[in-house]
Parts: sequence; C-alpha cells; structure tokens
Amino acid sequence: MAALGVSSARPRQLGPIGWLTEDSLAGMARRKALLGYTFLLPTMLGILVFTAGPVVVSLGLSLFEWNVFDAPAFTGLDNYTRFATDGRVLIAFLNTAKMVGLAVVLELVLAFALASGVQRTVRPALRYFFRSAYFLPLLTSAGTISIVMAYMFHGQFGVINYYLGLVGVPRVPWLESAQWALISVVLVYVWHRLGFTFIVFSGGLGNLPKEVLEAADVDGATGWRRLWYITLPMMSPSILFAAVTAVISGLQIFDEPFVMVRGGPGDASRTVVMLIYESAFKNIELGYAAAIAAILFLVILLVTAIQFRISKALVFYQ
Amino acid sequence: MQATHYHATYMPRTHGWTQFLSHRVGDWIRLALLFVASIIILAPVVWTISTSLRTPAESFSVPPQWIPVRPDWTNYVEVFKRVPFGAYVVNSFVVTGSVVLGQLLTASLAGYAFARLQFPFRGVLFWLVMATVMIPLQATIIPVFVLISSLGLADTLASLILPALPTAFGTFLLRQYFMSMPNDYEEAALIDGANQWQVFYRVYLPMATPGLAILTVLAFNSHWNEFFRPLIFLSTNENFTLPLGIVTLFGYLGTGSVSVVLAGVVLSLIPVLVVYTVGQRYLIEGIAMGGLKG
Repeated sequence: MAALGVSSARPRQLGPIGWLTEDSLAGMARRKALLGYTFLLPTMLGILVFTAGPVVVSLGLSLFEWNVFDAPAFTGLDNYTRFATDGRVLIAFLNTAKMVGLAVVLELVLAFALASGVQRTVRPALRYFFRSAYFLPLLTSAGTISIVMAYMFHGQFGVINYYLGLVGVPRVPWLESAQWALISVVLVYVWHRLGFTFIVFSGGLGNLPKEVLEAADVDGATGWRRLWYITLPMMSPSILFAAVTAVISGLQIFDEPFVMVRGGPGDASRTVVMLIYESAFKNIELGYAAAIAAILFLVILLVTAIQFRISKALVFYQ
Repeated sequence: MQATHYHATYMPRTHGWTQFLSHRVGDWIRLALLFVASIIILAPVVWTISTSLRTPAESFSVPPQWIPVRPDWTNYVEVFKRVPFGAYVVNSFVVTGSVVLGQLLTASLAGYAFARLQFPFRGVLFWLVMATVMIPLQATIIPVFVLISSLGLADTLASLILPALPTAFGTFLLRQYFMSMPNDYEEAALIDGANQWQVFYRVYLPMATPGLAILTVLAFNSHWNEFFRPLIFLSTNENFTLPLGIVTLFGYLGTGSVSVVLAGVVLSLIPVLVVYTVGQRYLIEGIAMGGLKG
C-alpha cells in the first residue's frame, strides 16, 4: 500500500516538527523558507526599529509640539504654517538651494574634465597617480577636514590668501563675508566629494562602446562636436546618476558650514540640516524640527522621482 | 574595476605632422592641467601633515613650509595631554569595527536569503529594504534619538553602533554577488550531506569575499569619518569618536595652537590611509556600484 503516493503522504511518526524535518523535497523547501526568514530577521528588525518606524514617527511628530519634558501637544499643521513667519527657514532653504546649484555644476564639470583627461592618459603609472590623487579627499572626514580648511581659508593668516597675494589678488574675506562664506563652504564640499563623481564618470567613459567612437573618428567628428553629439549623449546614464546623487547629498550639507563658520556670518551659510539640528537639539523643538525634516525628505523624494522619469525618457542605453 | 580602456588599442587618427604636433602640444597641456588639479587636491592634506610638524608658535606663519626642515614632534604628544585623545582612538575603533562586523553579518545573511532562498513575500521584502535608501538620515534621527535615550543608551558607543547595523546597500551588494553564483555547488554540497547553513557558510560565503571586501572598505570609511550622529548622540568628552573629539578641540583651541589640532587630524588619517593603499580597488568598485555610505 505504500508503493504509490509515498511522497505526497506526510508520515505521521515524525513528531511535532515533522513538517519541517521531513526528508523530502517539500520538507527541504520549508526548511529553506524558514532559513530565509531567519536570515532576514536582523536586517528587517533593524530597518523596522531604526528606519521605517522612525520615519513614520517623525512624520507624525511634525504635527505636534514637543519639548521632551512635557507631553507632546497636537497642533495640526501649525509647525508647517510657522515656516511662513520664520524667516530663517526660508533663508536656510535658499542657502541650501544656492549651495546645491553651485556644487552640482562645479562637481560635474570638474569631474568630467578630470575623468576624460585621465581616460586619455596612456601611461598606467600616471593614470594611477591621478586617480589616487583625485579620490583621496573622499577618505577624509568632512568634519575634520573642515578644520583644516578653516585654517587655510583664514582671511588674515590663511595659505590661500597668501598665494593669491603673491599673484596680486587682494585679500579675499573667505569666511568673514556673507557671500564668500557660502562659496568657501561649497568649495570645500566639492573638494571633498569630487572623487566620487570622478569615479562614476571614469567608469562611464571606460564603458563607452569602442565601435561608436571609431566610427565618429572616421566621420571626422572631433573636439567639441564629438563631445557634444557623441560622448555626452552616451554618457547620459552616468551623468544623470552623478547629478542626482550630487543633488541629494548637497541637500544634506552640514559638516562644512557647521565646523568652518557655524552657519555664519549671521545666517549666511546656515543650511536646512543645520536648522533641523539646532531646532531639535539646541532649541528642543522636536516637532518643529521634524516638520523641517519632512520637507527635506519630500524634496529628496521628488528628486528621486524625477530621476526615474528622466532615466526612462531621455537617457541613452545601449 | 571592470572598465574597458579603449585608448589602449584605439587612438585618434592623425593627418600630417602639423596635426601630430598639435596633438603633442595638446597632450602636454592636458597633462599639465591634470597635474595642477592633483596638486590643488592634495595640498590640504600635505599642508596638514607639514604644519602638524611646526612649533605651535610658527604654525600659522607664512609662507607655509611644505617640507619641514626641523620637524617638531611635540604636537603629537601635546594632543594627548590636551584631550583624552587615546580614548577617542579606542572609541573610533570600537564603533567602526563593530559596525563593519555587524554589517558584514546582517548584509551577508539578508543578501543570501534574497538571492538564494525561496520564501513567500521575498520580492516585496526586498523592495522594502531597497526603499529605505531614499530616506535621509535627518528624517529618522529625531525618533531614533528619543528611542536611544529611552533605552538608556544616550552617550554610549552602542547608540552609534546599533542603528547602523542594517544596511540596504550592503544587502543589495551581497545579493548581487550571491545571485551570480551557480546552483551546482549547492546540489553537490547537499549530496555530500551538508545542511542549508553549511551550504551558506562553507560554500557560498567564501565565494562572496570580494563583495565582503567592498562592504568592509565602504563601511569603514563612512563610519570612521562620521560626524553628524556622534555630535547628536555623544555628550561626554571621554566617549567622543575622533572627528567629534578633534572638532571639539578645534573649538576651544581655535587659532591658538593650530599645529596641535592638526597633529590630531593627521593621527585620525592614518587608518584611512592604510585603507586607501590596501583597499583602493574595492573602494572604486563599490562606488562604481553606486555606494558611498556603508
């Protein structure tokens, strides 16, 4: 009677966890599934407790007023309407937008120029040297390097003004003037992050199809025309990726303005993240800080969504 | 890096020697510009090292002395006297080491599950993990801070370690590696009597070593240099990690003894430079795969 249908009948003598220990394909699949959930447990639990949960709580908190000591009080959209009367929020968003605009352009243009320069360098030792030099800053801490930069950009004793003075440039108030402070912060930020975009572009340039470049060469496409009509369109996936990551990372600038100039002079280099930090951990207005963070999150989501749309519509894929 | 470098076999065609000459001149200009760029980019690091070896009195005097003639090592002793610098070093190593090891564990387990184990809701769970990449730190930091405080973990190194253990990028990275491996090994191992855990641990995990190396280098880099979270979570000087400790030192020494602060900066750069020489390849590969924050 056991000759047929053995594999579909579940042997009863295996005990309470027989369904799991059963020596069959179905038993093995069950063991694998259980193992799958076990393997996922640390990651899923961690994400639930430290990312997914908090992001929901943070959005909820933005509807409350809370100073930690008293119970949170529901205030609806008050935190958001307060933006209209809080000039600093507008300034912080404006400063951040200026920084992002400046940083993204500088970063992409410089990184592209350097990557295509290195790409045409034939000697391996030179290529290695350039590549290593360009991404060394990426390994430094933005916080500590901002100290170094604060010394170097010092108006009176800084190395940068010293060398500018040698070629006849009058002393630049890098950290003292409102306009220059924002620019100095961006320069340091770009110095620190350039290597990332450089590597993205180097990878992109290295993967360009050789046949197309040769065909362009045969057709006499050289110099700017070749760059504009052939290289840049084919590089558009890398450029889009680099631009989007640059915008998202730029929206979160904190270390450089915080360490170099404390957001100053005045509010000249105060960024959105600095404002979140100060509202939450200096003024202990957790709800208000959460509301600013919610807006920042929304902007980042928008940028990501735009990226998805563009990458579907515009970009050249082989 | 898997980039194919077309220039090795392919060079622009030149017509006549005038064009040849203009190519050569262009070449020299290009190389000169690349050199100028590398000097500008390396200058702050070189300046940091050379100024850390000047006496505090002359540390801010111009012209800068790029190559120290009479190096003064006392700054390196001084920085340990001014602040609990030894504690900073230990704290940084504890935090970074735990985060790296923890991420290797969580990401290789999750990556393997997503790549090689079948179970209901696998796809949904994977996209859930990936979606967290879009969430900026600032959108979670306030509730995380409240949670950490209510757990009594404020001002402890655990406050930096625990929230950093799950890693969406690491999970994605290792899933890619595990997916690229053939099934034959699993079947062979099962026939040899291995169980599912052994299939993972003995057979597939060793094959993912390059992926583990990439995650190690990226996670080390981003957590060794981390400033924002330590600034929020830590409050006692003895518990500070290096970047926070050095920035605090800068705050109360200011422009008084630049060289002492810079000696601290140089010391904090040493492990990074080791990673830079040993793990450069993995770092570049990781960035090419879209990751920077481990």
